[in-house]
Amino acid sequence: MSKFKKKKSGDLPAISTASLPDIVFMLLFFFMVATVMRQNTLKIQNRLPFADQVEKLTKKNLVMYIYAGKPSSRYADQMGKTARIQLNDKFADIADVRPFILEERASKREEELDFLITALKVDKETNVGLITDIKEELRKENALKVNYISKQGSVMQNFQ
Amino acid sequence: MARRNAPEVNAGSMADIAFLLLIFFLVTTTIETDSGIMRMLPPLLENEQTPPIIKDKNIFVVIVNKNNDLLVEDERMDIKDLRLAASKFLDNGGGVGEDRCEYCKGEKDPESSDNPQKAVISLKSDRESSYEMYMAVQNELVAAYNELRDRESERIYNESYTDMVKDYDDPRSSRYKSEKLKEKIELIKELYPQKLSEAEAKKS
Repeated sequence: MSKFKKKKSGDLPAISTASLPDIVFMLLFFFMVATVMRQNTLKIQNRLPFADQVEKLTKKNLVMYIYAGKPSSRYADQMGKTARIQLNDKFADIADVRPFILEERASKREEELDFLITALKVDKETNVGLITDIKEELRKENALKVNYISKQGSVMQNFQ
Repeated sequence: MARRNAPEVNAGSMADIAFLLLIFFLVTTTIETDSGIMRMLPPLLENEQTPPIIKDKNIFVVIVNKNNDLLVEDERMDIKDLRLAASKFLDNGGGVGEDRCEYCKGEKDPESSDNPQKAVISLKSDRESSYEMYMAVQNELVAAYNELRDRESERIYNESYTDMVKDYDDPRSSRYKSEKLKEKIELIKELYPQKLSEAEAKKS
């Protein structure tokens, strides 16, 4: 009987690739969503200290970032080795902090202004003096909510 | 019977599956958020006000020098002992009469703070001390407050203060921004108000 005869192996149908674009798009979308766009390119070293009494910054659009630390090795020749402030993509002086805050405030909606938080991303080897100066400027602008960004971990990890 | 080729697999639903997966990932991935220690800066005083007089025993002085050494109440201390020392000070409740502290479980040492409302922690750091030391000290002091608040909150509401705050700020929680929860949090905050003053870093 020929009913159960196997067909020849020669004419296997080609595997359909019609769904390949879908898969690729899916991956694309996934990565588009999951990647965090670096808002600023860091020009300074930024190794954050450890702390465990942390609160999360949930509303990303209400955060102003101020970076500080030693210039990274690429910029060390021009900028020297003392810790500097970085605002947006540029090195800045302490005098630039207030204009920066005003600029950030201008870009937000009015009802959001009360909820603005200044996030300080400071390298752990920075001197406290610089932070004090920044805080003084923030106080002058009445930007009183401050978050010292840190990595989650025990305090003791700072001293290892 | 005629020989048949195997029919081609229908791939029409593949796109649907792909979208399903896509939506699944869209919903489940959370973008990593920054976290850190939240502090409020003191507002700038407009006119010279005379600072309130605080008794010496109600101030807990923490000094960090430029070599990152820690000096607490005129004694050298290791960072790992700071949390306990601070919570001991805050929880002392040595006051009598009007200043009595009903809920404090401290040693009631008359030489230490009267009650948590009066107790102030003063943090002075040298301009040249390192940021990591500064952060460690702040973290320990905030932790001391949080531990005491947790304890009181467990006693009154049977749940920890930190969990309540977490729920309050979590949009997924059923108690997100609930008024009732806010009241509870405020009450606990009043029991142990965070009076952490930072002196301007001094030049050396």
